[in-house]
Amino acid sequence: MRKVHVAILAGTVVVIGAAIATYMMSHKGYLPEPKPVPEGARVASPTTQVIARGEYLARAGDCVACHTEPTGKPFAGGRAMPTPFGNIYVPNITPEDETGIGLWSADDFYRAMHTGVTRNGTLMYPAMPFASYTKVTREDCDAIFEYLQSVTPVKQKNRPHDLRFPFNRRDLLVGWRALYFKEGEYQPDPTQSTQWNRGAYLVQGLGHCSMCHTAINALGGSREAQAFEGGMIPNQNWYAPSLTSNREAGLAEWSIKDIMDLLQLGVSKRATVYGPMAEVTYNSLQYMTDEDAEAMAVYLKTLPQRDSEGPPPSSARLVQPSVMESGRRNYEKQCAMCHGSEGKGFPPAFPPLAGNQSITMSSPVNSIRMVLNGGYPPGTRKNPRPHGMPPFSHILNDEEAAAVVTYIRVAWNNTGTPVTPAQVNELRKLLPE
Amino acid sequence: MLDLVRGFLLLICVLPAHAQQETVPSYKAIDSMEARVQGCVTCHGQSGQGTSNGYFPRIAGKPAAYLYNQLVAFRDGVRQYPPMNYLVAYLPDAYLRDMAEHYSRLRPAYAPKEPLPADPQLLPRGKTLATEGDAARQIPACVTCHGTTLTGMNPGIPGLVGLRSTYIAAQLTRWRVGDRRAAEPDCMKRIATRLSERDLASVAAFLAQQEAPADAAPESSNLVRMPLACGSQR
Repeated sequence: MRKVHVAILAGTVVVIGAAIATYMMSHKGYLPEPKPVPEGARVASPTTQVIARGEYLARAGDCVACHTEPTGKPFAGGRAMPTPFGNIYVPNITPEDETGIGLWSADDFYRAMHTGVTRNGTLMYPAMPFASYTKVTREDCDAIFEYLQSVTPVKQKNRPHDLRFPFNRRDLLVGWRALYFKEGEYQPDPTQSTQWNRGAYLVQGLGHCSMCHTAINALGGSREAQAFEGGMIPNQNWYAPSLTSNREAGLAEWSIKDIMDLLQLGVSKRATVYGPMAEVTYNSLQYMTDEDAEAMAVYLKTLPQRDSEGPPPSSARLVQPSVMESGRRNYEKQCAMCHGSEGKGFPPAFPPLAGNQSITMSSPVNSIRMVLNGGYPPGTRKNPRPHGMPPFSHILNDEEAAAVVTYIRVAWNNTGTPVTPAQVNELRKLLPE
Repeated sequence: MLDLVRGFLLLICVLPAHAQQETVPSYKAIDSMEARVQGCVTCHGQSGQGTSNGYFPRIAGKPAAYLYNQLVAFRDGVRQYPPMNYLVAYLPDAYLRDMAEHYSRLRPAYAPKEPLPADPQLLPRGKTLATEGDAARQIPACVTCHGTTLTGMNPGIPGLVGLRSTYIAAQLTRWRVGDRRAAEPDCMKRIATRLSERDLASVAAFLAQQEAPADAAPESSNLVRMPLACGSQR
């Protein structure tokens, strides 16, 4: 059965590969032209240029974040990735023959990236974002492959996954793939600019933004129709805001400069990254060139804004005067020094809270977490010494924390809704202290 | 007994008012290290002096290299304390070094000592361990490495004066069970594993009662005096 499957896949790859090659020849120009490298030379002795480009693209794909343990050797894998279905142990992708991908060919690597099938024919779990990486061009996959072949090989055996039944049965992935996986390289939109298409290619492909910013269902899948509409990130207890709603992290009303700053620096005049997004900025986005960051910003700004629900009615925003007063008192005492009495902050050091979508969006999870745990934005090349916020979990009880989060969500014409002490308590229990 | 009552009164009357001021974010200029480390103040105090909560240590005046080693260990998950691991997860080495140097230069006043331990019998044994050690069990005195006035030794040994007994006992316990470790050779591990439960409580209780010296600076490196080789002193 597996052989048949692989044969079908291999056949598909060949056909699609040929189709893409034809397509690429007729549609040059939507990606920056790579420096011409003789075909034979590229495979046999990759030039440092290709390797450098591969390194850049590997950063755009944030490979290191999952394939490296915090104190481990780069790309040697072994890192546990907790999922709702059990732990997945990320494999070694250093060029070591026995335990890594030393014996892989560029074709093997492309097949893995493009179809989610490993060299020996097993189906990958979708923790590997092949549903996004499938959009990456053959040329870019090859560059990443050459780069990975150039890193220090590490002999470290892959650890078997620790998944519950039935999720430990890889053959069931066939069903998952039928539902949620659409194979195919990025197809440029001829009605859009080259820059927009470059941005879309990075966001949808290597950036694999939809892994978090699209809701994940009970089967660990996400539907294309709901792309970028946001959702809770499983196991991390952070909410990934919708990129298609101006009430969440929709960027339609942002300037290109502010979006670029948020991506590259981790801070901007309008907001600051935190939680899992801080990791993405730290390991990946800070390394994007200005051109690529701008292209991503141009694309993100044009994502269709399709709010599924309108702003909450004023009745939903009513707050008990005593709660408001408690919130205001604690805000003035603990928060105003950095965020200002009027919530305007001192951006980019301390972000504004007035008019900040991540404060007012319907899920209060991130605001509550920031008050409880504080946080530092990532230290980046363009902002190496970020300002930070302290935790208040040991200073404010559930009622006080709920009141202060309520206050920042409704004060200064903010359009959020009140939060309850129970919501605070729920998150407090989930977070290690 | 009078001391105990006085200590208790001090705790309930002085500390809350004191602590509130010390843990509220405050800074003079926004483009300064003082403003950048506001992320630390609710636990470690405005100047790194520590707070009334016994588990959050004083960090001011500890050797810069010691503080840097801890920050890197927290970032990389080698030293585990989830709130700290989370806060510094995405901060680069150079910035962690700046933070460490910032706090190593601060000399805030010491917080009032904690009340005497419930079991005063701990103190004599604690004193012996801290000042003389226990030669029979090859336990060196704390002061040989942590300084005659317990203010630490450059570059990698922390001051112990000004820490609370709960914090010291918790760290020694973590060392004993292997949760906390330092660069090899890990001299502190060797010492911690030689301490009995009671030794550990005794030395923590005694250290928490020590008066702060007028000069809170760590001593200069003195490898000759050290009884064990320590990776963090290299």
